[in-house]
Amino acid sequence: MAEPLIELRNVTRRFGSVTAIRDMSFAAHAGEVHCLLGDNGAGKSTLIKTLSGVHTPSEGQMYVDGRPVTFTSPRQALDAGIATVFQDLSMIPLMSITRNFFLGREPLKGAWITRRIDMRRADVIVYEELGKIGINVRDPQQAVGTLSGGERQCVAIARAVYHGARVLILDEPTSALGVHQASIVLRYVAQARQRGLAVIFITHNIHHAYPIGDVFTMLNRGCSLGTFRKGEITEKEVLDMMAGGREIRELQQELERFGKSGSEVEAVS
Amino acid sequence: MTDALNPARSPEPKPVSRSLTRLMRRPELGALTGTILVFLAFGITAGSSGLFSAAGIANFLQVSAQLGILAAAVALLMIGGEFDLSLGSMIGFASVTIGLCVTQFGLSIPVTVVITFVVAMVVGALNGFLVVRTRLPSFIVTLAGLFILRGLTLAVTRTITGRTQIPYITEGHEGSFVVWLFGGKFGGPVFAWLASHGWIAARPDGSPMVQGLSMSILWWMVVTAFATWLLIKTRFGNWVFAVGGDDRAARNVGVPVDRVKILLFIGTALSATLFAVIQVLESGSADTLRGTQKEFQAIIAAVIGGCLLTGGYGSAIGAMFGALIFGTVEMGIFYTGIDTDWFQVFLGSMLLIAVLVNNYVRRKATEAR
Repeated sequence: MAEPLIELRNVTRRFGSVTAIRDMSFAAHAGEVHCLLGDNGAGKSTLIKTLSGVHTPSEGQMYVDGRPVTFTSPRQALDAGIATVFQDLSMIPLMSITRNFFLGREPLKGAWITRRIDMRRADVIVYEELGKIGINVRDPQQAVGTLSGGERQCVAIARAVYHGARVLILDEPTSALGVHQASIVLRYVAQARQRGLAVIFITHNIHHAYPIGDVFTMLNRGCSLGTFRKGEITEKEVLDMMAGGREIRELQQELERFGKSGSEVEAVS
Repeated sequence: MTDALNPARSPEPKPVSRSLTRLMRRPELGALTGTILVFLAFGITAGSSGLFSAAGIANFLQVSAQLGILAAAVALLMIGGEFDLSLGSMIGFASVTIGLCVTQFGLSIPVTVVITFVVAMVVGALNGFLVVRTRLPSFIVTLAGLFILRGLTLAVTRTITGRTQIPYITEGHEGSFVVWLFGGKFGGPVFAWLASHGWIAARPDGSPMVQGLSMSILWWMVVTAFATWLLIKTRFGNWVFAVGGDDRAARNVGVPVDRVKILLFIGTALSATLFAVIQVLESGSADTLRGTQKEFQAIIAAVIGGCLLTGGYGSAIGAMFGALIFGTVEMGIFYTGIDTDWFQVFLGSMLLIAVLVNNYVRRKATEAR
C-alpha cells in the first residue's frame, strides 16, 4: 500500500490529568475517505486538533508523507496541505464571501506601499469556484451570514480545496444539515476524493458515513477500537461498535415493546 | 442552496440594483445621513449666527479634526474587537513628554516629536501585549492604563517642574517646519484671495480674518484616508475584520491574531500622540490634564460612524463623519446660543440612536436572502 499522506503513531494527548486520546494510531491515504466515528467525548475533536496543528501530541509522533513533523500552529499544518473545516467553519458571518474565501491567503498586487488585495481577481475566482460546485452566488461581496448552512459548508470545503489542501479534515460536516443539504455536501466530498485528496470525515452519524467512507476508525473514550476497510465490516457492525450502538438497539427494543403494548391496549378497547 | 438542483445559473443581476444593495450595506451610511441632518438642522436654526462663516467653519472643522484623528484609529481597533480607554491619558502623557524633553532636557522639537512617537509605540505595544497575553477584556486592561498613565503624567511633571503645566515650549521656534507641520495653518493664500474679493470677512487692511485652516484638518484627512485604505484594500485590513469578527476562526485559518491586535493598540497610541503633538505645537504649552474623556468621545464618534461594539464591522470614513457630527454640534450649540450643557444630552441620545441603528444594519447585512 502507498505511503499514507498523514499518519499518527501511538499518539497520546493529555490536558492536565485528563487523557483525551491514548496511544492512538491512525493513517489517511490519498483518494480515500477515512471516517472517524465515535460518540461525544470519544476524543474526536482532540484528534482533529492534533492533526490540524492546534494541539501538539504529549507522546507519540505525527508523520506527513512519511516524514516526522511537529506543528506548533494551524498555519504550519495549512502550509503542509492539511486543511481542517471545523464545525464552526472558521467563517466570519459579517465578512463577504470573497474576504472569507481568501482570509489569511489574500491574492496581492502592487509593490511595497501600494500592496493590496486583488479584489477583482478574488471575486472572479470565488464566482467560478462556487459555480463548479453548483452554488450560485448573486454577489461574491455579500456577507457569508446570508448563505444557508449547506452553502456555508460547501464554501468552507471549496476554500480548503482551492488553497491546495491534500488532506481535508471535515468535522461533523453534515450533522447540522437537513437530508437534502447533507446529500449535496456528501456529493462534494466524493468529488474531492476523486481529485485525489485524503478526506478525514468525522461524524457520529453512520448513515452519512457509511455510503461515502472507504475506511472506518471507531473511537471510544480516547482509544481506537480499530480500523476497518469497507469490505470487512457492515453498517450494522459499525453501529454496534460505536459507543451508543448498543444503547440505540436497547432503545429500539424498548420502543418496540412499548409499541406492542400500545397496540394491545388499542385491541382491548 | 436555492439553485443547487438547477444547473442553469440565473443571469447576473443588473449592475444598478447591485451597487444600490452594496451601498445600503455600507456601515457609514447611517453616519452620512446623520451628518446631512445635522447640517440641515443648523443651516435652518444657526444660518445667521456665524457657524457657517469662514471663522465658524474653521472652528468646527478643527474641533472635528482633532477628534477625527483619534476616531479613525479607534474605529480600526473597535473593528478588531478591542477598546482603548487609556487613549485620553496617553494624550496627556505624550503632551508632557514633549514639554519635558524641550524645556527640561533641552532637546530640539523635531527630536522630541520623534522620541514621543517612539514612546507611544512602546505604550501601545504594552497595552496590546497585556491584552493578548492575559486574555482579559481590553476594557479592563486599558482602564488600568487610563489611571496609571494619567497618574504617572501628573506625578512626574509635578516632581520635575513643581507644576502641572509646561508653558513656552515653542518659544523661539515659531517659524520652524515641524511646528508648522503639526501646529500651523494651511490654505492662507486661498483665504487671502477670498477676502480680496470681499467673499469672507476681512480686516481693515484687507487681510482675511481667518488666516488659514488648522493643519490638524489636513492630518485628519490623511489619517482617515490611510485607515480606510488599510481597512478595505490591504491584507492587514482583512485580518482586522476577521480578528474582530471571530478571533478563533481567524486563528484557525492562519491569521496572526495577536500581532494584529498589538499593532492596532500601537495605532491608537500613535493617534493619541499625533493629537498631543498638534495641540502642544498649536498652543505652545502642555497640560497634564490634556485629553481627559477623549477616549469616550472617540468611541462615540466611531460608533456613530457605524462600528459595532462587538467588533468585526465598521468603517474609518464613518468615524470621520461621526467626528464631524460631534464637532459641528458642539460648535453649533455654542453659536446658536443654546446652553452648552445640552450638548451632553444630545451626545448621549446620538450614541443610543447610533447603537440601535447599527444593530439593525448588522441584522440586515447577515439576513439570509
